[in-house]
Amino acid sequence: MSNSTLKSTRPGRNAPPTEIVNIRNRNKSSLAPGEKSLVASPGTWFVWFGVAAFFIFLFGIVISVLVDSFGKPWFDTWLPENFTLGWYQEAWNRFDLSHIIGVTLLVAFAVIVVSVVIGVPASYVLARSRFPGKNLVMLLFLLPILIPPITFGIPLATVMYNFGLGRTVLAVILVNLVPSVPFVIITMTPFIEQINPSIENAARMCGANMWQVFTKVLAPLLVPGILAASILVLVRTVGMFDLTFLVSGPTSDTLVVAIYRAMTSAGGGEARQLISSMGVIYTAMMLVILIIALRFINPTQLVAQVKESRED
Amino acid sequence: MTSATSTASRSKSSASLRHRLAERGVDTKLWLLVPAVVFALLLFVYPFAYGIGLTFQPLAGTQEKWGGGFFANYIAFFKDAFVFDSVWLTMRLALPAALFNVIVSIPIAFKLRGKFRGKRFMQTLLVLPITLGTVLTAQGLLIFAGRQGWLNRFLMETGIISEPLQLVNNYLGVFFSLVISGFPFAYLLISSYLSGIDPSLEAAAKTLGANWKQRFRRVTLPLLAPGLATTFILTFVLAFSVFPSARLVGDASGDTRVLALMAYRAFSEQLDYSMASTIAIMMGVVELIVIGIVFLGRSFLYKGSTGGKG
Amino acid sequence: MSLSANAFESLELKNVGRSFGGRDALVDLNLTIRAGEFIALLGPSGCGKSTALNCLAGLLPLTHGEILIDGKRIDVLPSEKRDFGMVFQNYALFPHLSVEKNIAFGLQMRGLPKAEITRRVAEGLALVKLEEHAKKLPGQLSGGQQQRVAIARAVVLEPRLVLMDEPLSNLDAKLRLEMRTEIRRLHQSLGLTTVYVTHDQEEALSLADRLVVLRDGRVQQIGTPEELHDHPANWHVADFMGYRNLIDLRVESVTGDLARVSGPDLSLTARLVQDAAVGDDIRVAIRPSDLLVARPGASTDGLNVIEAVVNVVEYQGREFAVGVTTTGGQNLFVHAETAPTAGATVTLTVDPARALIYRSSLDIVSAEQQELAEVRG
Repeated sequence: MSNSTLKSTRPGRNAPPTEIVNIRNRNKSSLAPGEKSLVASPGTWFVWFGVAAFFIFLFGIVISVLVDSFGKPWFDTWLPENFTLGWYQEAWNRFDLSHIIGVTLLVAFAVIVVSVVIGVPASYVLARSRFPGKNLVMLLFLLPILIPPITFGIPLATVMYNFGLGRTVLAVILVNLVPSVPFVIITMTPFIEQINPSIENAARMCGANMWQVFTKVLAPLLVPGILAASILVLVRTVGMFDLTFLVSGPTSDTLVVAIYRAMTSAGGGEARQLISSMGVIYTAMMLVILIIALRFINPTQLVAQVKESRED
Repeated sequence: MTSATSTASRSKSSASLRHRLAERGVDTKLWLLVPAVVFALLLFVYPFAYGIGLTFQPLAGTQEKWGGGFFANYIAFFKDAFVFDSVWLTMRLALPAALFNVIVSIPIAFKLRGKFRGKRFMQTLLVLPITLGTVLTAQGLLIFAGRQGWLNRFLMETGIISEPLQLVNNYLGVFFSLVISGFPFAYLLISSYLSGIDPSLEAAAKTLGANWKQRFRRVTLPLLAPGLATTFILTFVLAFSVFPSARLVGDASGDTRVLALMAYRAFSEQLDYSMASTIAIMMGVVELIVIGIVFLGRSFLYKGSTGGKG
Repeated sequence: MSLSANAFESLELKNVGRSFGGRDALVDLNLTIRAGEFIALLGPSGCGKSTALNCLAGLLPLTHGEILIDGKRIDVLPSEKRDFGMVFQNYALFPHLSVEKNIAFGLQMRGLPKAEITRRVAEGLALVKLEEHAKKLPGQLSGGQQQRVAIARAVVLEPRLVLMDEPLSNLDAKLRLEMRTEIRRLHQSLGLTTVYVTHDQEEALSLADRLVVLRDGRVQQIGTPEELHDHPANWHVADFMGYRNLIDLRVESVTGDLARVSGPDLSLTARLVQDAAVGDDIRVAIRPSDLLVARPGASTDGLNVIEAVVNVVEYQGREFAVGVTTTGGQNLFVHAETAPTAGATVTLTVDPARALIYRSSLDIVSAEQQELAEVRG
C-alpha cells in the first residue's frame, strides 16, 4: 500500500467527540451479508464478559461506598443493620468540609480562569502560525503532561516552600496550573484549527480590527471548545491528588487530599464510614459539576455545526 | 517592465527586516504566546532545573554513607537496593496494567463500534470512574473487594471459593485500581481512533477477497497502530505515576513500593529534598525511556502509517 | 444604493510582487483599474492569481511594489482600513451568526447607527433575494444561498472595490451559470468595481471587461475578452483560450505573415503571430472548431490538409468532439457535425489564417535572462 493512501486516511487526530456520526456511517457498510455468522464467536463472549466484569467492579465500588456511608454498624453481613445520616454530619463537622469544599472550588475556578486566559491565545498561535522554534515550544507544553506529576512536583514544591508559599492556597493554585495550562493549549489547538482562517480574513475585510476579530468572531466560535477544555481542567483539578498533596496544608487541602489524609492519618485512620461519607460527597460534587457543565453545552453538537459550515 | 525597476524593488524588500521576519512567521501575533511561555519557564523549567541542581547537593549523611561527592544521591539511587528495587516494582505494576488496558480495549472497541441500544448510556457510564478519582476508587475497592466485601461474600456463598481471596492491600489491589481508572480512558481513546479509520478501506479489502482476520491484520491494525502506541503511552504515564492507590490499596512497604511513593517519603518524611528530587527525576528518566522505546518500535514496525501524532 | 461617496478614479498596481521564502508567487504585476471595471485574473492553480487578490486585499503583505488609489498608497493600510469587500471561495460566512447578522457585521464594525444598519441589511437581503432566510444560520442554507449571503455581506458595505476569489468553484454547473449572471447583474446595477479570480476561462470571458492571464506569477497578457480570444499573445494564453491543438514544428520558410512549418510527418502553412526565423522551433495553435473534417470531393484549395485516423467520438449536444491521430502519431482534437466512425481515416482541413504560430519559449523573460541576452547580444 502506498504511503500517500495511508497518510490520507490516517485516523483523524482532531476528531474528538464527533465520532457518533462516523459510527452511524460505518455501521451501514460493515454489516454486510455474511458478517452475522462471525458475531456469535467466542470473541463476543469475551467482550461481553470483560465489559460485565468491569461494570460489576465499578458498581460494586460505588454502591459499597454509598451503603457504607449510611450504615450504622456494617461488619459481617450483606447489608448494615441500620441506616443513618449521622456519618455525614460528623464528617462535615469534624473535617470542616464547608471550608474544604470552598477551597476546592476556589482552586478549580482560579485554575480554569488563568489557564484559559493564558492557554487560549497560545493555542491560537500554535494552530495558526509557523515560526522558528515552534517544535521546541510544543515540547515545552507537552512535557508537563507527559512526565509524572511527582517528577516535577517535588522540585516545584521545594521551590514553593523556599519562597514561603508552602501550604497556601496560592501554591495549590500555582502547582495545578502547571499541567492545566498545557492541557488547555493542547485541547484547544484542534478546535482552532477547525475554524477556517478565511473566516477571520472575511471579518477583517468587513472592517474588523484584530481585537474585534477575536471578540466578535473567534470567541463565539471557540466557546464550545473553551467550555469543553474548562470542564476537563475542572475535573482534573478537583481530582488532582499528587501535586496538591505536595504543597497543601490543613488550611489549603482540597477534598481529595483531605480524604487521603483521613484514610492515612496516624492511629489507623478515621472510622471507615466517615471516609465513605466524604467520598460520597466528593463524587456527588463531581457529578453535580459535570451535570451543570453539560447542561450549558453539548460540545458534540456545536463542534459538528462549526465543522459543517466550513466544509461546504 | 525593465530589469532596472525590478532590481530596485528587490533591493527595497531586502532592506525590510520586519517583513522578512514576518515571512518566517515572526510577527506581532507571537506576543500571544508570551504569557504561556513565561509561565512554563517560571513554573516548570525553573523548578525543574532547580531540582536537577538539588540532586547534586546531597545531604552530608548520604555522602558519608555512599560516597561519591556530588553524585552521592545517584550512587545511593542505584546502589541502595531499597530504593532501586522500586524501579522494578513500578515497572512490574505499570507495564502490565497499561498493556492490559490497551489489549483488552481493542476487541471491545471493535465489537462495540456498531450502533446498538444503550451505547451512549454505556459510554456515559464509562466516564464515571473519572468522577470517582483514585482515592475514592481505593476506598471502594477496600470495602467491595475486602475480606468481608460483597465480592468475596458472593464467591463464598456460591461455593466457588471456600476462603476469602486476598484482593486488596497487595499487588492485585493496585492493579485493579489501575484498570478501573485506566480502562475507560484506553477504551474511549481507541474507539475514537477506530472511528477515524475510513470504513470504506475495510469494505475495499472485503471486495478484494480478504476475510475478517486478514482485514484486521493487514488493513485495520496497521492503521490503528499509531493510535494504539499513543494510547499505550498515555495509559502507561497514568499507571507509572501511581501514588495514592499504591499506598491505600497496595502494600506500601512491599510489593507496591513504587517510585512515586519513595520520592514522596524522602520529601516529606525524611525531609531529604535532594534525594527526593533525585528519585523524582530518575522516575521521569525511566518513564521517558519507556516512551522512547515505544516510539522507536512504532516507527520501526509501521513505517508506512506513522507521521504526526497518529 | 449609491457608491458615489467611496468611488475612486483609478486603482494602480505598480510592480506588485510577492515571494514566499525565496519562491516568487507573483512578479511585477502592473495594472490600472478604472472605476466601474470588472477585471478577471485568470490562470491555472498556482499561477499567482489568488496571491494577487490577497495582496490587493491586504491579507498578504507585498514584498515588492506598491498599490495606489488616485495616487495615494494603500498597500501600507491593514485590510480592515482599505474599505474593500471580499467574497471567498468557501464563502467564509460566520457560522454562529444568522444571515442578517452576517450581512450586518461589517456595518456594525463601522459603527453605523442601528436604523441605517437595519435599512441596509434589508436592502442587501432584497438584492440577493434572501428575505425569507434572514433568520437562518448559514449551515441551514444551500451552497448557492450561502454564496449569495457572502456577496450581500461584501456589497452592503458599498466598498470601493469588490474582490471575488473563485466564488463559483464550489457550486454545481447549473447554479454556476445562474450565479454568473447574478454577479454580472449586481456589478452593473450597483456600479461596483470588481476584481474576480477564476481558473475558468469561460467564466472570465463572460463576466469581465478586461482579463489578466497569469502563469507562474507572471502576467502573460492583459486585454478585453475579444482581444484575448482572437489574438492570444503567446501559446500559453492560446491554450487557455481554447486552442486545444498545440503542435511543435519547425519553420521551413517565411512569406509575409505566413510561414511554412513542418515536422517529421506534418507540414502546414500557418500565420505568424510572433516573429520566427527559418529553422526556429515553434508551436502551432489551432482551435478544434477550426479543424474541419472535409466532405469527400470538397475543394481543399488554399487549405492545409491533414490525414488522420479517428480514435474517440464524443457527442456534445449540437456537434461531435472527435479525437484523431495523424499518421505520424500526433493527437488532434476536432469538431465535426456528423459522427465519423472510430477507426476510419478522415481528411482534415485548416485555413492557414486560423493556424497561429507562436515561439516555443514563452514571451516573458526574467530580468536575469534579459541581462544575459544583452551580454550575449
